[in-house]
Parts: sequence; structure tokens; C-alpha cells
Amino acid sequence: MNSTPLDRDGAGAGEVSVAVQDLVKRFGAFTAVDHVTFSTRKGEVFGFLGPNGSGKSTTIRILCGLLRPTSGRAVVAGFDVASDPESVRRRIGYMSQKFSLYNDLTVLENLRFYGGLYGVTGARLSQRINWALRMAGLHGREDSRTATLSGGWKQRLALGCAVLHRPPIVFLDEPTSGVDPLSRRQFWELIQQMAEEGVTVFVSTHYMDEAEYCNRLALLMRGRLIALGAPSELKLGAVQGDLMLLETDSLQRAIEAVRKLPQVRDAAVFGNALHLVVAGAADANQPIRAALAAARAHVLRLEVIRPSLEDAFVALTASAAAAEPIR
Amino acid sequence: MSARRLFALARKEMIQIRRDPRSLIVVLLMPVMLMALMGYGIGLDQTDIPLCVYDREGSQLSQDLLKRFVSNRYFSLKLNAEDYRALADAIESGRCTVGIVIPLYFSKLLNAGQPASVQAVIDATDNNTANLIIGYTQAVVARFSADVQIDYQQRRGPALGAPVLNVEARTWFNEELESRNFIVPGVVALVMAVIGTFLTSLTIAREWERGTMEQLISTPVAPLEVIAGKLIPYYVIGMVDAGSCAAISAWWFEVPFRGSLLLLFGASSLFLIGVLLLGFMISALAKTQLAASQFALLTTFLPAFLLSGFAFPIDQMPAAVRMVTRVFPARYYVTTLKSIFLKGTGAAALAVPLAAMLIFAAIVGGAAVRAFRKTLD
Repeated sequence: MNSTPLDRDGAGAGEVSVAVQDLVKRFGAFTAVDHVTFSTRKGEVFGFLGPNGSGKSTTIRILCGLLRPTSGRAVVAGFDVASDPESVRRRIGYMSQKFSLYNDLTVLENLRFYGGLYGVTGARLSQRINWALRMAGLHGREDSRTATLSGGWKQRLALGCAVLHRPPIVFLDEPTSGVDPLSRRQFWELIQQMAEEGVTVFVSTHYMDEAEYCNRLALLMRGRLIALGAPSELKLGAVQGDLMLLETDSLQRAIEAVRKLPQVRDAAVFGNALHLVVAGAADANQPIRAALAAARAHVLRLEVIRPSLEDAFVALTASAAAAEPIR
Repeated sequence: MSARRLFALARKEMIQIRRDPRSLIVVLLMPVMLMALMGYGIGLDQTDIPLCVYDREGSQLSQDLLKRFVSNRYFSLKLNAEDYRALADAIESGRCTVGIVIPLYFSKLLNAGQPASVQAVIDATDNNTANLIIGYTQAVVARFSADVQIDYQQRRGPALGAPVLNVEARTWFNEELESRNFIVPGVVALVMAVIGTFLTSLTIAREWERGTMEQLISTPVAPLEVIAGKLIPYYVIGMVDAGSCAAISAWWFEVPFRGSLLLLFGASSLFLIGVLLLGFMISALAKTQLAASQFALLTTFLPAFLLSGFAFPIDQMPAAVRMVTRVFPARYYVTTLKSIFLKGTGAAALAVPLAAMLIFAAIVGGAAVRAFRKTLD
């Protein structure tokens, strides 16, 4: 194993499986990944959360040896991705954004093809194919063309192909985009299972509910890592003060009214309600009610709530954007 | 190089070709279609040229000469003109391409041992055709003239006349002067060019477009394995198609095959490997099917069609274009094909074109390996 674990970012105890330091990737003048540093432990489900274009896919591709870093260092399973990408590729499984299977091949042909590429043979191959078919729920559909499968099946088959050789580290780039909710849940169960078996699972997503399943989350925005920690830590740390839920009959008038108050640090629409960040709920309650009454917005509900990951995400991206305006 | 990975890749490719209707059409139908098109469609020979005659003398001898035109498969009599005006009209209106005028005193002059001339009026709007017709006309007249001379000598006794010089032109290698014999072997080169470059560049570009290439290069597969695994199935198909084309040429179109099958196989392999590697290189650089196919067409099919000497002789091209033809392997392959088919030339005499194809394959192969990187940058 590599002797520089770069463990200063709270990866905690345990064997380091991915270590990234000051990673930079530029495409011409555009900086897709901007000095990112983190590391992951063996058996961890590590989430990449961020809007489109925040650098999630680029980082994952660098870690799989598909893109060369402009500067900085990334060590995966003990091997430097820039100097020894082939050793990295033997030890990882990668599932790209589009679950890129061969649509004109059957389920079994796809599995056999990847088995051949990864050097899985004989009894071990049939055992792994069996495992993949069971995992994906595709027993009895071995000879169906992949093109005829629904999104959830395709996604699980793609996972099966990517981990046929039992890699210790798996990279999943938005594996659940375009998949129905039930399949998404099943898929996350599979991810949890793999993690329990000691596999490090690297997964990018923009679904908040999925992010909750991760052991740790890295929040990316415009190529920069703006927060890193367990979901619970992020929720606690992100919102300074109290979070209040406001339900009203007029969101528009209410948001304009409360934003003028010095006690309210931030107000954002969440569904049919408002989330208000205040320094202290006790001091803010009366001024808020007064302001709403003046704005002719009736208060249906106003109470302190626990911040969700989405609140944390909004707060973190807002403060990151304030700290560094868009270039 | 892992044999297992190579096998997995080649097998996958074979399955995909089998299931892709577009590939199947190119693989199975195109050779036959091209063969039929070129074998029947492009005849550089002229037969049944519409002929008009105006016999001003109407003697035994003049009719004898005209009969030789009419009985010839190259000419077909359309009009027996009453006067010169009618003959000129027939040519001008395009009803006839050639008019033969036999002068008065034609037979008298000949019987007196004097030279006589026959006028041929030819529509030369298409100068190639006109040249052919001049050739045919001269051939008919020359043959007639020789016969008249022999006849004259026999009647007057050899001592009295000058010795008869019998000049006979013999055409070699393509005795029947069939342009089909000249064209059909070259079709093999066209078929190979399409399969080699066009089809391969499409299949690799498709993998880039659909994202399967990204998945593929995230595995421990080596670039050489990808190149070989992709190209082996197309090599097999290309050779089978080349073999079928050669068989159709020899048995259906009855083009003489005088050379060595082994040499044909070896030369075809050399050319095919070169164009396959070119196809791979193109798609590694282009990465979209549209760009790859257009580029493939431009660098392989068109040169194979226009600049290879397949149908249009290189000797007749302007010097600058002749230089350009040297860059494309199709030129060397077509030369080799025609030599093997029609002349039965051996490997030693074909060393130059074979070496040229080898050099091309080596250069393009090096470039293909360099162009294909297992990264997305």
C-alpha cells in the first residue's frame, strides 16, 4: 500500500482505498476539478454530491484512469492513477453515466464479454454470472437482448458487469439517473451489501435522499470541494442557528416580507413551504409573524425543524457562492 | 496480449455484425452488387455503334467492304443513305455516330492497283468513343485492304507486285480486348476498401458515440488487444468477400486467372490489413460515425475508385494526379490484382507494389496505435 495516506480530512480509521490530494483538471481555460483533496476508507460508501457540471464525473473519470489529472495526485488501491493506470483498472469496477452496455448483445453475452475482459474464467465465471443474474433479477432472461430491458434491469446488469471480477473499489457515476424509485431503492440495497463485504463504493448523485445513505459525502460545486463529512455532520454544521418551517397562503408575499428582516439570514422555498434560517427561533418568532401580518400573508404553520440534507446543501452552496462569486 | 481478452473482443464483434442489418448488407450484398454493377454496367467497349453508309459506286467491291462493317459486332447499320446530305443529317441528328462514304471509281482504282480512300465521318462529341470508332474503322478497312492486296497479287502473280507486308497487331493479356477483364479484378479492391475502412471506422466510432468505449477502456484491456480484437472479424470477412469476388470474376465473368492463388491471398491480406488499420485510426480520431464514415469514404473508397487505375488508367492522368496516386495503397493493390489475374505475374516481379502496401500498413499501424489512447482527454 501507498505510505502517504493523506489522512488529514477525517477519513478516520481503517485502510485507505482512495487518496486524492490537490487534484486539478483543466480543459483549456475551464477548470473542471479545482484542488480537490479527500480520502476514503475500505468498505465505505462515499458519495459525491453536487449539481451538474460540478466536477463529479470528471473526478471519477480521473480516479478510473480515463482522464489524466492536470496536477495533483490520486492514488487508487495503492497505485497512482497518472503513472500506473493499468494497475488501477485491474482493481476497480466502473459504471459510467449511461450504463454503457451493448444493447445488441444479450444479458448473458454482455456478462461473458466483461468476464473475458477481466479474466474471470471457468467455474468462477459461471458462479459470478449466476450471482449477477440473481442480483439483477434477470434469471430466466439470460437470452434477452439488453435493449429490451427496462432502466432498472439495465442498471443492475451494468453493475453486475462492472463488478464481475470482484474489485475492491467500485465507481458508480450517477447510477440511478433515469431509474424508477423502486429500482433505485433496490440498487442502494446492493450498494450497502457490497460495502458490508468490504468493497469501497464511490457513488455520485444529485438525489438528496440517496446522499443520506452514504457514510460520507463530498459536496462539489464548480469543481471545488466545499464540504466533506457524514450526512449528519453536514446537516449540523451547515445551518448556523435555527431552521424554521413556514407554511403560508402566499409564498411570494411572505418571502419578500421575511427577507427584509434582520433576524432572517436566509429564506428558501421548499415545496409548498419556506425554510427560514434564523439566529435564534425564540427571538425571531414575533418579528416574523408581525412582518407576515403586515404583508397580508396568513401564517398556517411556523415551527423549528431539524435541517435536512437539502437545507445543508442549500446553505453550503450559498455560503460557498458568497465566498467566491462566479468567475 | 491476452488471448482470452482478444477472443472476448472478437467474439463480441462477430455477434454485433451478425445482428446489425446495415453491416450484414455491406458484408453480404455489397460485393455481389459491386461485381454486377462493374461487370455489366461499366463497359468501356463500344458495340453496335449506329452506322450509316453512303455507297456512291455500288460495285461488288464496295458492297464487299460495307458488308464487313455490317457483319461486325461493333457496328450496326441504321441507314443506307441516298446522298451525302442524308448521311450528314443522320450524324447531326445523332441517329448515327459514324458514316462511311465510298467514293466513285473505288473499285476501278483498286482493280488497277491504285490506292483508294474511304471517308469516315465520326461524331466526336465524346472523344473517347470517337477514338474507339476510328480504331475499329481502321481495323476493318485495314483487313479489307490486306485481302484486296492478296487477291491482286494472286491474280497478277507475285513476281509482278511488291511483296505483301502483312502487319498483324496482337493484343496481349487481354486478347479479347474486353474492358471487363480489365475492370472486374479491380472490384476486389473496392470491396476491400469499403469493408476495411468504412465498416470498421463506423463500428468503432459507434462505440465512442454510445459510450461503450468509455466502459471498455476502463477495463484492463490493452490498446493492441482492442485494435486486434476489433479488426480480426473484419479481416476474416474481407478475405471471404475478396475470395468470392475473385471467384465471381473467374467463373461468372470468365476473366482469365493466370497467377498464383497464394500470391493473391498474400497481396490481399497486405492491402486489407493496411485499410483496416486506416479505418481504426480514422475512428480513433473522429469519434463520431458521421465524421468517420465521410473521412473513410474520402481516404479509401474514392481513391480506390478513381486513383487506383481500377477503371481509369493511371498513365493517362496528369502528372500531378499520377504522383497523388502513389500515396494510396489501392493503386498498388489494383496493379497487383490485374497482374496476377491477367499476366500470372509472380511475387518477384510484384516486389515493388507489395513492398509499398507493406510500408503503408506499417505506417498506418503505428499511427493507429498512437491515435488510440485509453483516455478520454
